[in-house]
Amino acid sequence: MADASAKQVLFEPIFSNNPIALQILGICSALAVTTSMNVTIVMCLAVISVTAFSNLAVSLVRSQIPGSIRIIVQMTIIASLVIVVDQILKAYAYEISKQLSVFVGLIITNCIVMGRAEGFAMKNGPWLSFLDGIGNGLGYSVLLLFVAFFRELLGAGSLFGVSLMPTVNEGGWYIPNGLLLLPPSAFFIIGLAIWGLRTWKPEQVEDADYKMSRHTAKEAF
Amino acid sequence: MEHYISLIVKAVFVENMALAFFLGMCTFLAISKKIEAATGLGIAVVVVLTVTVPVNNLLYNSILREGALDWAGLPNVDLSFLGLLTYIGVIAAIVQIMEMVLDKYIPALYAALGVFLPLITVNCAILGASLFMVERDYTFGESLVYGFGAGLGWALAIIALAGIREKLKYSDVPEGLRGLGITFITVGLMSLGFMSFSGISL
Repeated sequence: MADASAKQVLFEPIFSNNPIALQILGICSALAVTTSMNVTIVMCLAVISVTAFSNLAVSLVRSQIPGSIRIIVQMTIIASLVIVVDQILKAYAYEISKQLSVFVGLIITNCIVMGRAEGFAMKNGPWLSFLDGIGNGLGYSVLLLFVAFFRELLGAGSLFGVSLMPTVNEGGWYIPNGLLLLPPSAFFIIGLAIWGLRTWKPEQVEDADYKMSRHTAKEAF
Repeated sequence: MEHYISLIVKAVFVENMALAFFLGMCTFLAISKKIEAATGLGIAVVVVLTVTVPVNNLLYNSILREGALDWAGLPNVDLSFLGLLTYIGVIAAIVQIMEMVLDKYIPALYAALGVFLPLITVNCAILGASLFMVERDYTFGESLVYGFGAGLGWALAIIALAGIREKLKYSDVPEGLRGLGITFITVGLMSLGFMSFSGISL
């Protein structure tokens, strides 16, 4: 991977190797913070910066870390970065940080951060690792924004808090679909998004555990 | 007593870690193909949560919280910004200690839990429960009950999902949905079912 081009490292995770849709990483927060676009964007920025800088930091010290305690070292680096992000959010975007509640803290255990630090930053140089962090953060953001777009538009008739389809309650015509504001809808949207992505890129389709055998028995008559 | 029972019912059903808050989703989706594996992981999560949440509660109340260092002559010190680092450290340490203790005294359980025990460190349900405990200001007793209940709810959810997935692999799913896609939709339906508990007020 040492000769991987910067562009490839940056853009591959967005669709071809999406952290959520293919690597099954970082799903927890993808579901809980996607009811409105504003909150989602803040969350995405937080994740992108934490992933990028933790990759950078881990990559810088990678040759100094003894193998047996590397998890703890990575955890400490990630936790410190998350604390910084958390404090910044509390200082400058207090309302949104209240809405995100525990999910900012949970970036620590977001498997994307840990997974990329362990899987990429431990083996590659600082610059590529930094780009890999941004790329994976972006891949995560694309899917999150996609989910949030549908949830806010159909669930509340607005985008970024700006009303696009006036709802019945406010004297408009759109009857909002309350289901989309409830958590389960996020699962359905991600499930369908994965279906769409895999139809577009068929090499991501998983093999079936069992194949239906052809119907061979003749009907008895 | 009644208070604790309602807390535990709330933690298991109404505020189910996996299906209402989506915590621990990564392991939830990755390790739910077989019922045995899911059961092992579920038990490990219950044990770890029951230990870590009260320990973090003690640390928070006696050291980190604003004014908690009064006894040391430092009444104005507020260390709560160190919370995240402390909780994750405590979790990692307790998981490590539990691994060694189980290996020595209950090898059967250790063998059954296998690789899941270290994996639990990065399970967001564990850290999430500690953060909820701080946010809701539980007492020590409450946090013990809450930790156990949250773990039980998570275990219940993953075992149920594994049961469904074991049946699901015999069904003819459209190609793009196979594997992860259909699992998401299954979990969505399960979570919809659990929504019905949210009407219960305790």
